This record gives sequence, structure tokens and C-alpha cells, in this order.
Amino acid sequence: MAEKLLMKGNEVLAEAAVRAGCRFFFGYPITPQNEIPEYMSWRLPEVGGVYLQAESEVAAINMVFGAAGAGARVLTSSSGPGISLMQEGISYIAAAELPCVIINVARGGPGLGGILPAQSDYFQATKGGGHGDYHLIVLAPHDLQEAFDLTVLAFELADKYRNPVMIYVDGFLGQMMEPVEIRDPVDLSNIPPKPWAITGAKGRKRNLIKTLYLEGEMLEAHNFKLKKKYEEIAQNEVRYELYMMEDAEIAISAYGISARISKTAVKILREKGIKIGIIRPITLFPFPYNVYESFSDKLKYVLVVEMSMGQFVYDVDYGLKRKVPVDLLSHAGGIAPTYEEIVSCIMEKFGKGGN
Amino acid sequence: MNEKIILAGFGGQGILLAGRLLALAAMKEGKYVTWIPSYGPEMRGGTANCAVTISDDLIGSPIISFPNVLFVFNQPSLEKFLPKLLSKGLLIYDNSLVYYDDRRKDIDVIAIPATQLSVELGDQRVANLIMLGAYISKRGFPSEGAFLSALKEVLGDRKASMFEINEKAFRKGLEYGKSA
Repeated sequence: MAEKLLMKGNEVLAEAAVRAGCRFFFGYPITPQNEIPEYMSWRLPEVGGVYLQAESEVAAINMVFGAAGAGARVLTSSSGPGISLMQEGISYIAAAELPCVIINVARGGPGLGGILPAQSDYFQATKGGGHGDYHLIVLAPHDLQEAFDLTVLAFELADKYRNPVMIYVDGFLGQMMEPVEIRDPVDLSNIPPKPWAITGAKGRKRNLIKTLYLEGEMLEAHNFKLKKKYEEIAQNEVRYELYMMEDAEIAISAYGISARISKTAVKILREKGIKIGIIRPITLFPFPYNVYESFSDKLKYVLVVEMSMGQFVYDVDYGLKRKVPVDLLSHAGGIAPTYEEIVSCIMEKFGKGGN
Repeated sequence: MNEKIILAGFGGQGILLAGRLLALAAMKEGKYVTWIPSYGPEMRGGTANCAVTISDDLIGSPIISFPNVLFVFNQPSLEKFLPKLLSKGLLIYDNSLVYYDDRRKDIDVIAIPATQLSVELGDQRVANLIMLGAYISKRGFPSEGAFLSALKEVLGDRKASMFEINEKAFRKGLEYGKSA
């Protein structure tokens, strides 16, 4: 039976991971995600799992590397500066094709920045971060029910594609509370076997997990293999929401908390007679470029709302094939856009003659 | 119903807990709710506030720039948030700690000596429950049943012994609200 609870975002992410079969957590404290390790520290022992606070984020991600190599469902979580420290390990895990889930509850940067919410790790999450040609699957929930459901999905996708998956939220989603339906735990016996895992080679050929390919041809072949996998992910796993887009002439595009705030703005603008909707990517990699392209002949204007100085906007522009004028409404450093300012942004441009 | 509530005061006055109680009780009444704290490098004695939205519809933004209900537990919070309270909004303030000069003529006001009443009850920590009681008696929502069930849930087994004094404080606030 699913129960509905009033929970904090960080706790929702943690509980969802446990219900998705995650039994290992390695991490190091950083605001605004500390409720995740705190929750895991008592919750994982309850289900026979292991919680370990590492001595640093560098150690934590390498513990994740190890557990993933052994075939476990494993999670780490951090925020901006800590995620930066993990980049080397993330590149190795992607190169070794190991499944794991990484949560980034983003805060303002660059540098130590601050502890308040931001969306300024978009490039890092979607365009690399570490070295080499690799991609994370990046999921960006905009409310806590979605945070729960996408966390469960994250573990499935990680296993399916043998690839690290990032859940990318911001400090507001981490800190806020709202009712969430806590779904039943997944049946662990249904998790597909992992014949590649390092589990002790008794009675079988030994498995090798490595990221070093000294010969150019071998390394290129490995990179082509990864590329093929990312193309397959792009083919199968694009997720997005179209909000009031049926008859829309103008659109807001936003993800995560910014999209949620934009929904309130769109409701108000619709009452004023403006034909406006929202294109909201749920997967940031793979990005729904095709969806934007399909609207590129129908829209006369797109306003991008993001809590960074212009990162997500590049993908929107690329998806629209530069056929639609795009403006950017930016905030950073813990300041969220308000629906009031989104409304006035649109009204300034399109309000004349409206009712 | 679209109630946008800001609760503000000092850290340690149970501001975040009061907001959570309201949100949980309203959820038990079948409403959509969100709760969001202002979090920062804050400490006991520093300022604390949270925003609670209660609505019949899905809630877009959980962030409140302009509340229609304002709980004020200290003087700096009055100065900070009163200008943002919407016209016809409701101000509830603890007049044991806060001086208010009736400068706004376009709002409803409940002045309640919550801290003084809580001291009389023997525990200054329950002033927040007195404030909530006053609000609920004014609004008639959420129901006493939903509220007390939320209180029980939030206190849990670990703080179950605190239920009685909190319930007493809540009822004190209800009573005061009725006579105000």
C-alpha cells in the first residue's frame, strides 16, 4: 500500500533510493543536502545496508566505484563543490561502464559560493565535468513526487545502460516539504543479473573492470562503443513535459524548480489571455532537442528561466535551431525567480491589447 | 482556498515546527501543501522563517513573496515582512515581544500575548502553539482533529510526553482567538 507523507525533499530522495534497492551510501557532508546522509545513516542499517561517511568526496566516489564494480546498487550525494571533487571518479565510473546514482542538490557557485539554491551546475552535469568523452544520464525533477519516482528510475537506468545517473535538483527542492506518495519497494529479485560484476571468480572466468586502453585502436573502439550507447540512450530515454502547449504561441522553457515557479506564472498569464505554455525537459541528458525543433515553426518567442547566468539556454536555442527569438531570465546565488517577475517579463512584451 | 503563510521569528521559537504542523494538518484535510524554510548560516537567536502554502489546487511556486497570512514572533520580522503582507491579509503577532503601531489599516490583526501565556502554562517553548491556536480559531481551518493528529505525528514517540503541554497551549490559543 502506498502511503502519503509530508516529507523534506532530501529525505524523499533518500527513501526512494532505499526503496529502489540501494544498499550502499558513501558521502561527505555539505549543505544543502545533509539530510540525505543523515537519513541514510539510520535507514540503511535497518535494511541490511551500509552507510559510510568517507574522509572526502574523492574517497566517497571511489567507494562508489568499488561497490558499483561489485554489482551493488549504490548512491552518493553532494552539492556543487563536493560534486566537483568527484569528477575524476565519475569519469572513471563512466569509462568502466558501471551503474551508480549521484545526487547533486545544487547550491550557488562558483567556488565555495554559498549554500543557497542554484541551477548553475548545468554544464557540469550535462556536458562532462570530468575528462574524456562521456555522459551521465541527468534527471531533473521539479516536485517531490517526481523526485521520488525519478530516483527509482535512476537506479533502473543505471543498471540498464551500465552508466552513472545524476539526479540534479536544487537546494529549494532539497529543503522543501510537500506530500509524497511513498511507493512500495521494488522487488529486488527482479533486478537483472550483473554477470560482469566482480564477485569472486569461483567457477567462472574472471571479470576485469578497467579504464586504461594504451593502444589507440582499442581506446577509439571503446569510445565508439560508448558513443553508440549514448545514442541509444538519446533514442529511448528522452523525457519531458509540455504544459499548456496545445495552442501556445509563446513558451517558457525551464527545468526543475524554475519550471515549477513558471507554472504559476503561466496560470496567471493564461487568465490574462496570453497563449503561453512551458516546455520542460525532465531528462537534461538526453536532452529533448527534437521536441524543441517540433515547436520551432509554431512559436514566436521563448523565455528561458534558469537559476544560472545562461547555461540551459544554449540547449534550448540549439533545439529551436535558432528560428525563435530566445530571451533569458537569470538569477543566481540563492535568489529564485518569482512568478510575479516572470509574468511582468511576458506582459511587457505581449501585454498590449491583452485583457 | 489559497493560503500563503509566512511564519517569522527567532531561531529556537519553533517557527519551522509551527509551519510544519500547519502544513501537515492541512494535508490531512485533503489540501495541497508546501513548506519551505529560509535556510542559511542560522543559529539559535538568529532569524528564522518559513513559507507554507495551502491550496485547493496543485501548487506551482512554493516560494512566497507576498503572503496573505503573517505570523510574527519578533520585532525584526514585523519590520521585514509587514510591508509584504497583502491587503486584506491577516497579521498574527506576539504582543509580549512585538510592538505594533497599527500602521496598516487594510489588514486584519490578531494580537496575542503568546509568550506571556506560555510562561503562565509553565513552558515558554509552546508560544508557537498558542499562536497557531489563535489562527485556527479565526480561520476555522484546519479542524482541531486534524491539527491534533498532526501534532501527535510530529512529536512522535520520542517526544510523546510533550503532547499534553502542546495541546494545552493550542487550546489556550483557540480560546483566546474566540474571545479576540
